[in-house]
Amino acid sequence: MSRVLIVAEHAAGKLSSATARCVRCAGQLPQADITIAVFSADGAAAAEAARLEGVNKVLRIDAPVHTHALAATIAPQLAEIARGGYSHVFGPSTTFGKDLMPRVAALLDVPQLSDIMAVESEHRFRRPVYAGNAIITVEVDEPLIVATVRTASFQAVGAGAAAAPIETVTPSVALPTHTRFIEVSAPSGDRPDLQAAARVISGGRALGSAENFQLLYKLADKLGAAVGASRAAVDSGYAPNDLQVGQTGKIIAPDLYIAIGISGAIQHLTGIKDARTIVAINKDGDAPIFEIADIGLVGDLFKILPELEALL
Amino acid sequence: MSCRCRVRGVTPERHSRILQCMKRILVAIKRVVDFNVRIRVKPDGSGVMLDGVKWSINPFDEIAVEEALRIKERGGAEEVVVASIGPADCQPQLRTALAMGADRALHVETTEAIEPLTAAKLLLKLVERESPLLVLMGKQAIDDDNNQTGQMLAALWNRPQATFASKLELTDTTARVAREVDAGLETLEVDLPAVVTTDLRLNEPRYVKLPEIMKAKKKPLLTLKPDELGITLTKRLKLLKTEAPSVRKKGVMVTTADELVAALKQRGVLS
Repeated sequence: MSRVLIVAEHAAGKLSSATARCVRCAGQLPQADITIAVFSADGAAAAEAARLEGVNKVLRIDAPVHTHALAATIAPQLAEIARGGYSHVFGPSTTFGKDLMPRVAALLDVPQLSDIMAVESEHRFRRPVYAGNAIITVEVDEPLIVATVRTASFQAVGAGAAAAPIETVTPSVALPTHTRFIEVSAPSGDRPDLQAAARVISGGRALGSAENFQLLYKLADKLGAAVGASRAAVDSGYAPNDLQVGQTGKIIAPDLYIAIGISGAIQHLTGIKDARTIVAINKDGDAPIFEIADIGLVGDLFKILPELEALL
Repeated sequence: MSCRCRVRGVTPERHSRILQCMKRILVAIKRVVDFNVRIRVKPDGSGVMLDGVKWSINPFDEIAVEEALRIKERGGAEEVVVASIGPADCQPQLRTALAMGADRALHVETTEAIEPLTAAKLLLKLVERESPLLVLMGKQAIDDDNNQTGQMLAALWNRPQATFASKLELTDTTARVAREVDAGLETLEVDLPAVVTTDLRLNEPRYVKLPEIMKAKKKPLLTLKPDELGITLTKRLKLLKTEAPSVRKKGVMVTTADELVAALKQRGVLS
């Protein structure tokens, strides 16, 4: 049997879809028994975690220090809980999970697997390396396997028939005070979440300015889509960093991805290649984005954007 | 090399005290296949083709070196030490970091593939030896894409970590770090010493000039073996197979916005 401990990611009292994707991944382990650990100030996301299909138990770890997730304070507690007979500890391969899980693994003196994209057996997993240009199969012969789950590779589970029991626990470990949260920038508007959205429209350097980048939002509104950006667009200051899609930004798997004025550097393609349908609009017919696009349109985006908007 | 405490006739204990008193930044760098090289998987599935490829400092680590140098240039540190773990072949990358301006280099020599946890244990030994106020390294290496070593080092060292840094400000006792997180930019304050891992937008590394390359040849580079550091190398991950990723089927080209919408409807993406 696999006893899987998943650390929940949540913000403003709401569970992130990344957690439901980790549950899907954990459910592919043989005879998985799944526990979710929710670190927060008031346990707000615990009830939501308990309703996810396939979850057997939720652990609430409530403390004011968890108002903002800090790897330094969560890691020793998660490691302490993990010592209680779990076979796997999973977190999402979001910035939250990537920051936290290696710290947990090191405290437990076990290796960590990053970005698992497929479960082959209890001890065997597949993961991308070299920006997704190669896929490796790795075996870990450890009683406890710590891993981050590549969220784009797993569909989120839905709600189950009955809610799992919620238990409040207080791991007895000293918490460090050497790391202090100062602030987080305000989210970029009231838009659908890039990592959870079914449709995403991204803009690249060809948009030319921050003002022009705003053109995407009108089309996004028509489609109910989230807005993303290439690294070039972010580096040029057209869009904030949290919109960046790609190897060093967000790796996403929407039903529909529309790349506008994005040439398609390999680092960008890595972030989108699990999308169900990829549309590319670019004036350069030789742009690499067309090699992976399902539907390509060569032309002037400033002409095509308003046309599209009128048609939708 | 200058140190504030002038001690002569140095015993090992005193040497370590001299090291203690200096404001030092340790930067860990990894030699990787240059990011411009097109990666191809070997037909037998045993790995990727590495024959004759160009090697470079991992780009994120190069940013870490640059940041350390800038901190030193503004007076925030007295010495920048670069360290790398790998075969003798990784010395050119250490020399490049010295040419950028680092003061000396440490090379932990091994031909074994090093897992992040082992790298973190080796780096901890270097940290104990050098007593840096700050350890910098890239958030991930572009070969294994693990994104683990900095966090693991911070855990083993029992010190703070600030990953994915896009801005770094130091005081005598703390670092204020803006981090690129999924929600946007998060700012943390951590007590020093600490581990900070660097993201792409932290800085743009300088170009190395020829005279600097010549000068770097004379800078100290110390080679150490893992067993000298008291670390036995173990392999805990077994690489079974390397495959090329599945490729997406070639799509269709349309010529107008009308056709695009029609194609989306045909695929059932739009209703």
